[in-house]
Amino acid sequence: MARDTSDMSAARDGLPDEAAAFRDAGTGELRQETMVINMGPQHPSTHGVLRLLLELDGETVIRCKPVIGYLHTGIEKNTEYRTWVQGVAYVTRADYLSPFFNELGYCLGVERLLGIEAPPRAQVIRVLICELNRVASHLIYLATGGLELGAVSVMLYGFREREIILDLFETVTGLRMNHAYIRPGGVVMDLPEEAPRKIRDLLDLLPHRIDEYETLLDDNPIWRERNEGVGVLSAEDALALGVTGPILRAAGVPADLRKDMPYGGYETYDFDVPVRSEADAYARYRVRIEEMRESLKIAEQAFRRLDDTPGPVMVEDPKVGWPPKLSVGPDGIGNDPEYLRHIMEESMEALIHHFKMVTQGVQVPAGEVYSAVESPRGELGFFIVSNGEHRPYRVKIRDPSFVNLQALPAMIEGYLVADSIAANASLDPVMGGVDR
Amino acid sequence: MPAERFEGVHLGRTPEEIEEEVERGVLLTSLDRAVGWARKQSMWPATFGLACCAIEMMSAGAGQYDLSRWGMELFRGSPRQADLMIVAGRVSQKMAPVLRRIYDQMPDPKWVISMGVCASAGGMFTNYAIIQGVDTIVPVDVYVPGCPPKPEMLMYGILKLQAKVRTSEPFR
Amino acid sequence: MRPEELAGRVRPVVPDVMVARDEVTAIVDRARLLEILAWCRDEPDLELGFLSCITATHWPEAQPAFWVSYELRSIAKLHRLRLKVGLSEADPHVPSVTAMFPTANWLERETFDFFGVVFDGHPDLTRIMLPEDWEGHPLRKDEPLGGVPIWYHGATVPPIDQRGMA
Repeated sequence: MARDTSDMSAARDGLPDEAAAFRDAGTGELRQETMVINMGPQHPSTHGVLRLLLELDGETVIRCKPVIGYLHTGIEKNTEYRTWVQGVAYVTRADYLSPFFNELGYCLGVERLLGIEAPPRAQVIRVLICELNRVASHLIYLATGGLELGAVSVMLYGFREREIILDLFETVTGLRMNHAYIRPGGVVMDLPEEAPRKIRDLLDLLPHRIDEYETLLDDNPIWRERNEGVGVLSAEDALALGVTGPILRAAGVPADLRKDMPYGGYETYDFDVPVRSEADAYARYRVRIEEMRESLKIAEQAFRRLDDTPGPVMVEDPKVGWPPKLSVGPDGIGNDPEYLRHIMEESMEALIHHFKMVTQGVQVPAGEVYSAVESPRGELGFFIVSNGEHRPYRVKIRDPSFVNLQALPAMIEGYLVADSIAANASLDPVMGGVDR
Repeated sequence: MPAERFEGVHLGRTPEEIEEEVERGVLLTSLDRAVGWARKQSMWPATFGLACCAIEMMSAGAGQYDLSRWGMELFRGSPRQADLMIVAGRVSQKMAPVLRRIYDQMPDPKWVISMGVCASAGGMFTNYAIIQGVDTIVPVDVYVPGCPPKPEMLMYGILKLQAKVRTSEPFR
Repeated sequence: MRPEELAGRVRPVVPDVMVARDEVTAIVDRARLLEILAWCRDEPDLELGFLSCITATHWPEAQPAFWVSYELRSIAKLHRLRLKVGLSEADPHVPSVTAMFPTANWLERETFDFFGVVFDGHPDLTRIMLPEDWEGHPLRKDEPLGGVPIWYHGATVPPIDQRGMA
């Protein structure tokens, strides 16, 4: 916006014109330039190492160019040199806020190549764990989004809830993050004894905590002011830019892979897909809160099914199922004494087979698949190519954050700089997934 | 170091006490001790969270594992106001010059904690894209292993760093 | 639409179609790529207007050496189709689909960065993941994994791709 500076000339006051050097020769107006500032890669409010080159006119963003690659890890190349099961440990660290979804997508792809299906109990456990992971991921969105907008207490509450969920993950899988729990063929181990009681307590506690968030933020005038009308991305733009997940659902398109192309048993669960139509940051916030509630609904159903679905949690076929049989042995580690006795004393073939499985792992027939799951951020796809070996040939991770981040310039160009922070927070990108 | 090494020294202390004293490396004056104590109490970390370890670092700063017990909940956005850099996460080739620049922008005295195996040694990513240990770029004081380390492990590393700061000579 | 039915609808336009593991893959000549993508998007039964993923695979000994695959998804009709274009190592050029699918912008840049496949007509084909002055295209099979040898006291363990383990 150019201000009319023609009558601010110093000649009117009889003073020397000190701004003469900054005046345009032809029109006599003060020259104006846009300012290019660099936000990141180290910056307190960019969700990880994202660099934004912003061209600003005053406070308005004219152009925005995201520069990524500061967390590029070479995960895809690394999986080509490790066995199929070791690939799970690599792939789980791509989108590190929803590690179970990475593992699930990869394992579903490998299972499709192998032509097997995980046993029913493993599928129920997978659904339960993944939905709890969705809740944990949305809590991080709330916590970091709130922190970036200045609501520091939301960050503390979000992490408080997340600690309860991570404690459960630690009980079930042994790790708080990056678990490598879901493997091709099932899951690693069955739930330990104290897990059902913890899950029950969690499922009883979390809905009230979500009520707390709604009370704190829903009608909060500052939260509404900073989020309503900010980062608007219409449905056509979103679909053209390949955006999926809560952003697309907040724009009015009810696309959810759990309903559209169900996988892993989701067609047997009863849940809704929350959709809003305003397509701004506030709508995305509401969609994520509703999604947390729906996830808890699914987790409740999955938990109730656990008792009715006994059985193994890993495929029985010894050429595929790995690890063989884990149970806590007398030394406190997972060496099943029965299995050890079998391979060490009873059967030579079993020992050879065990050795081959440890060093080489599963042999997957040649082919390629694209397996997609609905992660908290959108469509998380795995394009897996095998050439018949015991190592992947190519694993491409179609990460939702990578594609969603392309939409950031469309969301913030023409608006204020401060809104770009709110828009970025509502996108919820995870740079580990963007850069892999 | 056994007391036999000191010929003719009669300090009236047990060998273990001497060992501990020599291990600390310096005999501190009360001013040194005071400055060392003050420095360790009020370290301000610079935000350098990169990947999964950053989330565990944020968890360490949140309610359950509270870093503000040691005066560290105030993560400074600008490195010019910080004296501790916790490199939390994998450092890629593109990020390495940025890391060095942020380190250079921090005023003395400064310390670096390398959190997680990716920052300490490259972690599981021994490939073209990741720097195999940030100690190839910046001097590291404490290495905290783990993938990711639990917040308690990070706190232990911070306490070790504080012990180091407390017994260092501030006026070098 | 069931995969077999989808394959049947596509076959008149793209003869090289196969169904495997409940997925439909069609092999397309690069000269016809844009035309077929437009047809898939505009055909009322198919409505494959959402591009999920573009990626490439490198087969160094084979002909063609690069396979660039496009994953299409229909938001409304709930099915998927994969189109693959084969490229030779000497001429890894393929027309860019950015004009039709803006989402392809970064996906094509990433494929260029990793494999060196050149997308003609792309508005800004530069490296996206690796530093701008990086040389080489790391995900090609003839590029090494990288990494340094791991030192122990009295031994060195070379990086993974040189360890001689199958």
